[in-house]
Amino acid sequence: MDVSQYLDMFLDETKEHIQNLSDQIMRLEENPEDADTINEIFRAAHTLKGMAGTMGFTRMQTLTHDMENVFSEVRSGRLKVQSQIIDVFFSCLDALDEYVQNIQNTSEEGTNDNEDLIKKLNDCLPKEETAPEKKEEKKEAAAPKAEADMPAENAGGKWNELKLDDAVISAIKMARDDGDECYGLNVVIQEKCLLKAARAFLVLRSVGERGEIIASNPSTQDIEDEKFDRDFTLIVITDLPLEDLLKSIRNISEIENVTGGVLMLPEKAGETVEQPAKEAPVSAPLPAKETESMGSVPNAQGEIPIAALQNPMAQVAPAAKEETKPQREASTKEEKKAVSAGKHAGNRTIRVDIEKLDELMNLVSELIIAKNSIVSSTQSGKVASKSNVKDNIEYLERVTTNLHESVMKVRMVPIETVTNKFPRMIRDIAKKLNKKMELYISGEETELDRTVVDELGDPLMHLLRNSADHGLESEDVRIKRGKNPVGSIFLDAYQVGNSVVIEVRDDGNGIDIEAVRKKAIERGTITQEQAEQMTDKEIIDLLFLPSFSTAKQVTDVSGRGVGLDVVKAKIESLSGEVEVKSRLGEGSSWIIRLPMTLAIIQTLMVGVGGEKYAIPLSSIQSIETIHHGDVKTVQNKEVINLRGIVLPLVRLYDVLEVEGNRIPEEEMTVVVVRKGERYAGLVIDELIGQLEIVIKPLGKYSKQCKFISGATILGDGEVALILDANALI
Amino acid sequence: MDAAGEKKQDQAGMNQFIVIRLGSEQYGIDVRNVENIVRMQRITRVPKMPKYLTGIINLRGEVLPVMSLRIKMGLEKDVYEKKTRIIVLKTQQEGNLGVIVDEVKEVVTLENEQVDKVDDLKLEGKAFVSGVGKRENGDIISLLDLSVVTLEDNA
Repeated sequence: MDVSQYLDMFLDETKEHIQNLSDQIMRLEENPEDADTINEIFRAAHTLKGMAGTMGFTRMQTLTHDMENVFSEVRSGRLKVQSQIIDVFFSCLDALDEYVQNIQNTSEEGTNDNEDLIKKLNDCLPKEETAPEKKEEKKEAAAPKAEADMPAENAGGKWNELKLDDAVISAIKMARDDGDECYGLNVVIQEKCLLKAARAFLVLRSVGERGEIIASNPSTQDIEDEKFDRDFTLIVITDLPLEDLLKSIRNISEIENVTGGVLMLPEKAGETVEQPAKEAPVSAPLPAKETESMGSVPNAQGEIPIAALQNPMAQVAPAAKEETKPQREASTKEEKKAVSAGKHAGNRTIRVDIEKLDELMNLVSELIIAKNSIVSSTQSGKVASKSNVKDNIEYLERVTTNLHESVMKVRMVPIETVTNKFPRMIRDIAKKLNKKMELYISGEETELDRTVVDELGDPLMHLLRNSADHGLESEDVRIKRGKNPVGSIFLDAYQVGNSVVIEVRDDGNGIDIEAVRKKAIERGTITQEQAEQMTDKEIIDLLFLPSFSTAKQVTDVSGRGVGLDVVKAKIESLSGEVEVKSRLGEGSSWIIRLPMTLAIIQTLMVGVGGEKYAIPLSSIQSIETIHHGDVKTVQNKEVINLRGIVLPLVRLYDVLEVEGNRIPEEEMTVVVVRKGERYAGLVIDELIGQLEIVIKPLGKYSKQCKFISGATILGDGEVALILDANALI
Repeated sequence: MDAAGEKKQDQAGMNQFIVIRLGSEQYGIDVRNVENIVRMQRITRVPKMPKYLTGIINLRGEVLPVMSLRIKMGLEKDVYEKKTRIIVLKTQQEGNLGVIVDEVKEVVTLENEQVDKVDDLKLEGKAFVSGVGKRENGDIISLLDLSVVTLEDNA
């Protein structure tokens, strides 16, 4: 059975579920009695098992199955949650992660049976339960339905013929009293569908997201196990209109027909036998073509993998015939197998809100219209009127700007995707180091460019580990110092202007500057004299040098001397910067500043002595005209007093070593730039205008100049340099 | 030269050189290091760069650093003329590099025995020259050692 076409979807969703499980288990550890959490865990584990099973990953299925067994015991209250069990769960998640990695790299789950883990899981079960495991399985499997405590009984035919037991009926009545409605659905799957269970599973999930499936025929477990012919019946309680449900199911491909209607309860309708004509089911036969073209859209949340964007051909026809399957299918099998473990598989996907895609599509159509009107206004034989062309160009400009914004939006993902694995990490570190600590994350919804977010994981992890290991003191020291014995680490993300700030803070010991100074001398990094002259800040900057670790003891967690320099290099490669603030005894904070988007920025073009420079708008505060007499000198440096703020003047003409003579003028134009809390005024000769530019790297030959962050090519082919205002302050 | 010629070059120990002019001197650059030759164009100066790095140009949408061979080799500053060209070199380090030359004259083929290695010549100072080629017509061409020419220094 060929399931490779579902592989990407499977990987995506599995990762989500594993992450969800991890979050929930963390929550469970804090709050072992919380029924909602346990149910959520159970659901996620069950879904995982189902998905792994349909995809034929039996090892993964076995492991999740055994996890599910334990969860079930926990849910029924027969097993108490202890930290030991939590540990086992986490190692199971790691094992699952490994399977997923293997699948991503090779399309195979690998050969690790994880028997020890399974044994540990079984050890967790109360003794008498382990023996009749086989029988237990069936019961377990049917469990998700039991959430509502309403086991469904099997019966033949359509929804109104389904025999419902009293519990279900009373639940339906209650739901109706609450204003919800109860519908019956009958789903028919196409005959040629290869993977009925997978489709049925998608249907169940899609419906499950919109309401509660309280009964089905056959049972949901049988449906998932493909124990049905071509159709199955569901009874659903939901507050959404029936049309929504039907639509969501129709969006799933290879569904031949969906019918649905309001469920007639025996009491109401008298007899359950026939459906009155009034209640005629809304029928939704789908032409085969349409289902095909719906392709792999996983619809449920109106999201589709971004691979469709980057590689439109690859997504459109996954359901098409073998030969027509482009790159993707062929490559999935062959390439992925070839890719060695540990390497990222070729296709990286983001989920994108379908609305964003619609917006993109709209803009692209506008772009085409704009192109056409330019073509017609220049080609139609008559002399193109200048204003007409100009209008069209303005229109084009507007469209491209919007298009750029939209694409950027699509590329933006919340940093949550990296931060959500940190609580677990901190928990593990806390255990390992035997320190008590708590991680507080805020602003995880802050969005950054996908490429940036992907690269952020490692540096942040280094910083967090650093805080946990070196920053926070051990418990008794904390008590001695009168601090809360439980250490706190904060990870705050927020947006400032056009950049995003991520701050890792701890209330630990802070950086011992004297210790760093000593160490630096010891290592020969600096001489004694240098050490005496260096400011505290300069000393702290030494920490970012390669192979400089002050940890007195090398631990497993950190202290190997790799880390901070890597952090710095990484952040700088993302055109960001790292800053440290530290107070001995009170803690330190590491501040990372990152540009929100890469590649294309808005700038102000200025002229300095005949040369053109671009200053990023994001760092510009204001533009002022300053009278020559207003310039004062403080410590031999020129400053101006601008509405109460004294800021240094930077004469770009001198700093950039522009050649030629200079005539002092009465008035000068000053661009006020800011970096965090600091300001500076850049003296320029001429304002040229605002321009959207594409950043080009300068290459290694030009690294010498700190003030220049890159270059750009202007409309006339000339190259202009981009000033890094931060470096000038 | 055609493909057959190239083959011959490898087999028979022959090398092709682009002959360039810097002031009154002639130098040869191994064709295998040359990516492209473009006309002189406006160069954007980059501040705080070593003197010999003249600036950057736009080469078909990419930014290319350009250096002055004259300044690097201790000659007078370039005077841009009609015949001034930028030779785009493939460097061993990352990225390409443009060098400004006064004129590109021709391509010559030299056999191995026509080339004297610089070790035999005992030149003083910076050895930009890896060897000297003697042509049949008696001309002498200094062959540039590109790994030295393109080497970064903070002069």
